[in-house]
Amino acid sequence: MTSPATGYNFAYLDEQTKRMIRRALLKAVAIPGHQVPFGSREMPLPYGWGTGGIQVTAAVLGQQDVLKVIDQGADDTTNAVSIRRFFGRTAGVRTTTHTGEATVIQTRHRIPEHALREDQIIVYQVPQPEPLSKLESSRAETRSMHGLAEYGLMHVKLYEDITRYGHVSISYDYPVMVNRRYLMAPSPIPAFDNPKMHMMPALQLFGAGREKRIYAVPPYTEVKSLDFDDHPFRTTRAPHCCALCGADDSYLDEVVTDDKGGRMFMCSDTDYCETRRAQGHVGPEAMAAE
Amino acid sequence: MLQTQGLGKQFLLHLQGGLRIPVLDHVDLQVQAGECVALVGPSGAGKSTLLRSLYGNYRADTGHIRVRHEGEYVDIARAEPRLVVQVRSRSLGYVSQFLRVVPRVPALDIVADAARDMTQAQARARAAALLLRLNIPKRLHGLPPATFSGGEQQRINLARGFIGRHPILLLDEPTASLDNANRDIVVAMIREAKQDGVAIIGIFHDTEVRDAVADHLYHVTAMQDS
Amino acid sequence: MSDETLLSARGLTLSFGAIPALVDVDADLWPGEVLAVVGESGSGKSTLLNVLSGRMAPQSGVVWYRDPARHLHDVHAMPQPALRALHRSDWGFVHQNPRENLRMGVSAGGNVGERLMAHGSRHYGQIREHAIDWLEQVEIDARRVDDLPRTFSGGMLQRLQIARTLVTHPRLVFMDEPTGGLDVSVQARLLDLIRGLVRRLNIAAVLVTHDLAVARLLAHRIMVMQRGRVVESGLTDQVLDDPQHEYTQLLVSSVLQA
Repeated sequence: MTSPATGYNFAYLDEQTKRMIRRALLKAVAIPGHQVPFGSREMPLPYGWGTGGIQVTAAVLGQQDVLKVIDQGADDTTNAVSIRRFFGRTAGVRTTTHTGEATVIQTRHRIPEHALREDQIIVYQVPQPEPLSKLESSRAETRSMHGLAEYGLMHVKLYEDITRYGHVSISYDYPVMVNRRYLMAPSPIPAFDNPKMHMMPALQLFGAGREKRIYAVPPYTEVKSLDFDDHPFRTTRAPHCCALCGADDSYLDEVVTDDKGGRMFMCSDTDYCETRRAQGHVGPEAMAAE
Repeated sequence: MLQTQGLGKQFLLHLQGGLRIPVLDHVDLQVQAGECVALVGPSGAGKSTLLRSLYGNYRADTGHIRVRHEGEYVDIARAEPRLVVQVRSRSLGYVSQFLRVVPRVPALDIVADAARDMTQAQARARAAALLLRLNIPKRLHGLPPATFSGGEQQRINLARGFIGRHPILLLDEPTASLDNANRDIVVAMIREAKQDGVAIIGIFHDTEVRDAVADHLYHVTAMQDS
Repeated sequence: MSDETLLSARGLTLSFGAIPALVDVDADLWPGEVLAVVGESGSGKSTLLNVLSGRMAPQSGVVWYRDPARHLHDVHAMPQPALRALHRSDWGFVHQNPRENLRMGVSAGGNVGERLMAHGSRHYGQIREHAIDWLEQVEIDARRVDDLPRTFSGGMLQRLQIARTLVTHPRLVFMDEPTGGLDVSVQARLLDLIRGLVRRLNIAAVLVTHDLAVARLLAHRIMVMQRGRVVESGLTDQVLDDPQHEYTQLLVSSVLQA
């Protein structure tokens, strides 16, 4: 654990900013799926690197919290390591790689495989908070559409996908209907993860730093992926088991192992994989990885 | 069934410097059910104008035109346009001198569209029967009448006028472009209508036709230009 | 028997700077009837259509709309959401340029089905069936249901716009020169289609056109506008065959007979 640096307020942000963000968070929780504008601050890293998620985490973090940070499911990528270290230095909180031990989990583009609990908060990093952004370029117009719950356009997009490809072609950031009222962008998590959002016991918070929007899904909220009655939403995952731990129910990363076309499929969630291996599960290529 | 009272009309031609042409003055005529009144008078006297005024196609300046409609009398000269549309739909039919051609619509549909109180299938059957009676052969039923001869167009016009079975019918030169055989058919149709209780006002260029169907004559005299 | 209007306007006045677009205009529309508004460029007819449909606010005057529950609404006092909802359900608007009302990057079926989806239709197969049915009603080959409108001719685009507008069975349709800019033969086909649909579905319509023949063919009543004022109105055939006002007489006599 990194020792806290001097000269920084707890979790970097000043108290007034945290207060402002918390107000936005309260409003977001009160209106599940609705995008709340907030005064996103200039953070010591560029846009697109998680500034929104960091600001939300900073606002909710307390002395007693245990923080986990993952990037595409992994605790050990550059992004995850940097952010974890950032909070270690500016807040001095305990950090962990174990999902079950964390009270706050900041994530980029994945939901942990391990089911979350009521006492946990998951903070998503969001690049584009507007689910209709690719279909309607006018923000004023999309705001009207959300206000009036006019979401026909999104269904038209799904209709067109089915017409053209026979199925919906969206594989990540798959739009969801929250609490039967707001259309929401769940952030670029794989469609595979969408069902986890439904009736999740944990509080889900979403921060988009560049776009300056915050939104939330309170615990035990209905989150439904858009579909048609005769073309229901289906999750997809690679038809393999994890090469290291043998899991057949987790989201897999495809890893190229050599320049002769060799590849391996491994759990994207590193903590999940390690935990399984520690429990004795063994995948078909466990030997090769070691 | 239809009665006018003090009906008067003039044309005011703004484009000709405000030229006034009086045409009708104090026209009082009436027609009963089952009766036919023929409008007679010299050419240009205003017979057609009178007929069109009765239908509401021309605007009457003074007087009343009372038409029996669903048990009451409607004054066509004063009625709201919507009411005139309703009266024309149910009670007052009109066969003009020339068929106004609607592009693309086949002759059969032009006639069938004017039918009332029957299903589409019945209307088309009745229209076909009428056309055949008027010597429009089947092969022409599916064609739009734009390229038909004047006589053929007039017969389609007649079929359209008669299929509606309006209690009051206005006929403007119904036999003008027809040969003798078709003329006789039209006379027979008018007679049958009268027997059904239809009240008819018509302009008949052909005196023989007029004598065959008219019960009364109404003289329309030309007015002096002012 | 009460004779309730579907749409009523009183005293509509609107100027663009010094130019009067509407001067004290009244209008009434009953269910199932077609009202044509004719006039030359600058007469105010398109402005009237925009004001009647709530797209443009008058400087004075009021437009009342009677909903299916027979409640009266002041169109320009309605909250935006209500007006938008109205335009998507009970009302329709056919633009002169169909591209303004179509999504060119979405298939024909998607265009027609959009209003249905906006209303909660969630069965892909049924939506497509509905769309195909409507394409056939507007005489577009059903096999083109998955084609993009970019590949359609002008007449087809207009018919597609009509299908898209009528799919929710609106009671009131505003049409702005629906046949403008189309070839004559295409116009004839389109007019025939509109005529049939309006009659069959008992739609009330306000139809703006500069073409008197179109008014004669489609409309029960007609209003003639000149420089923002209604100079004459009444039964279509009466106004066109026995015009009373000087301007109407000028309009009618100016039309070339082919």
